[in-house]
Amino acid sequence: MAAAPAVARPRISLRHRLAERGVDRTLLLLLPAVVFVVALFIYPFVYGLQLSFQPQAGSDAANKYGTGPFADYRLFFSDPYLRNTIWTTLKIGLPAALFNVLASVPIAYRMRGRFRGKRAVTTILVVPITLGTVLTAEGLLAFMGPTGWLNRILLDLGIVDHPVRLTHNYWGVVFSLVITGFPFAFLLTLSYLTGIDPTLERAAATLGAGWWQRFRHITLPLLAPGLAITFCLSFVLAFSVFPSAIMVGEPARQTRVISIAAFHAAFEQYDYSMASAIAMIMGAVELIVIGLVLGWRARLYKGATGGKG
Amino acid sequence: MTAIMEAPPAEEKAPRRVALRPGAWIVWGSVVFFLLILLGVVGAVVVNSFGRKWFGGWLPKGWTTHWYGATWKEFDLSGVLTVTLEVALAVVVVSVLVGVPAAYALARRNFPGKRVLMVAFLLPILIPPITYGVPLATVLYKFHLAGRLSGVILANLVPAVPFVILVMTPFIEQIDPKIEAAARMCGARTRVIFTRILGPLLIPGMLAAAILVLVRTVGMFELTFLTAGADSQTLVVALYYSVSAAGIRAQQETDAMAVIYTLSMLVLLVAALRFVNPTQLVTQIKERD
Repeated sequence: MAAAPAVARPRISLRHRLAERGVDRTLLLLLPAVVFVVALFIYPFVYGLQLSFQPQAGSDAANKYGTGPFADYRLFFSDPYLRNTIWTTLKIGLPAALFNVLASVPIAYRMRGRFRGKRAVTTILVVPITLGTVLTAEGLLAFMGPTGWLNRILLDLGIVDHPVRLTHNYWGVVFSLVITGFPFAFLLTLSYLTGIDPTLERAAATLGAGWWQRFRHITLPLLAPGLAITFCLSFVLAFSVFPSAIMVGEPARQTRVISIAAFHAAFEQYDYSMASAIAMIMGAVELIVIGLVLGWRARLYKGATGGKG
Repeated sequence: MTAIMEAPPAEEKAPRRVALRPGAWIVWGSVVFFLLILLGVVGAVVVNSFGRKWFGGWLPKGWTTHWYGATWKEFDLSGVLTVTLEVALAVVVVSVLVGVPAAYALARRNFPGKRVLMVAFLLPILIPPITYGVPLATVLYKFHLAGRLSGVILANLVPAVPFVILVMTPFIEQIDPKIEAAARMCGARTRVIFTRILGPLLIPGMLAAAILVLVRTVGMFELTFLTAGADSQTLVVALYYSVSAAGIRAQQETDAMAVIYTLSMLVLLVAALRFVNPTQLVTQIKERD
């Protein structure tokens, strides 16, 4: 009889010790989400990863490089038509993301204070998010096409002699990325900017700093970490460009981005291991870029963007 | 430094002069330019969808609403819209049910391995949908889930659940845990705390998260495209197919469908902006005037 509490004690104390480190029954609430992420994200990812090391019999990769584990990757990096999709994607995604972030800074800077109609202007700038890539592409084809309004205006004003080709090439895709990506970058930048304590800038003003000095030495350093995040998210959006690259781009050559290659391998050649290999390469390239940006960010100001002085 | 910052805020309440400097002109000019381009892009689609025939020239020759009826019938839009609604609602309900409890645990507890878990929840948002969409679709096809409504819903849940967690965690963090403690002191059981104390406090955040997930799901092209079968297409995917089938069908039908899509998205966004202040998603600082 006397043994019962002695047995029970270590159990209770273990529970207490766990609770002290924050492990208690509340964590059970996490269970559905964890099961979910493991089943629908991590498992497919790992499955794809191992599939990419098992070249499908009869596929191009297996015919050329045998059924060794790296045949798909070797084919990808030796075939210029596949390999160059990386550069094509970066060439479209990086400038578009960079432009979206850089353009949103001055506009958000203008709009950080309070003024009449701010909500209306914000709403109008955010509307393009609703357009979606497909409508944007459709609109670009109609608006910037050879007989579209834009070319008509340029011709009538005498700026050009013959219609400028802005669709079905590199520029069409970049335009579509700017139209869909800019509102997003703008929203994030604006929210980071409004998070910076305005009294800091006023303090600098009382010390005689001009607007450029205030921006350069007060606002920008506080904003830079947020800008790095904004750039990363814009880049993710731009990097996965898919429908617009097909519709307003030139999917066979100039805008054959890596997602087109992955889709082509999976659903036109039914070579799932090659498709997984391309998807893994795509993820790796993207994570490298994000890693570089965030690594650079880690060297900046580390506190919260609130900047409480 | 502190002495200067603590100086009494000398706020002038007078209305601001409208005197624009060159920098402001450039900024507002480029905003107007962007909006004009945008107007052109949207206007071209809208005008074409109402146009009878438009080959060159500023405006089409004659107007008609015929294309809306035609596209509604030919693409079975009532079916497509039903599917879109079913997918979006299912994704919203499941992601809120799964995400909010997880966000609560993440907001209230510090435990070993929390950072790893946060990364696992962040990755589906950071990695482009096509990258994990291809392996995900492969797995879903293996289990015969893809090509059906359930597969589309499962695929769309992958970014939705982490998104809910991401939005809700800071929201729950700002609710004072003392309120729960006080309720417990007064004898409330866990179930009562969740239904009568936390529930009402959480509703604004849950509403915001739900509407954002709704907008994202209706607009999500890649994942739905990779997993949808013939009778489980959402509106975006149907729109994409109708564009690639151009040449068989009139361009105007596609444009009419695009207008329908934009209108439904616009309604959702306006509803969302009523509940969510988009500029305060990241940081919530009290705006001083």
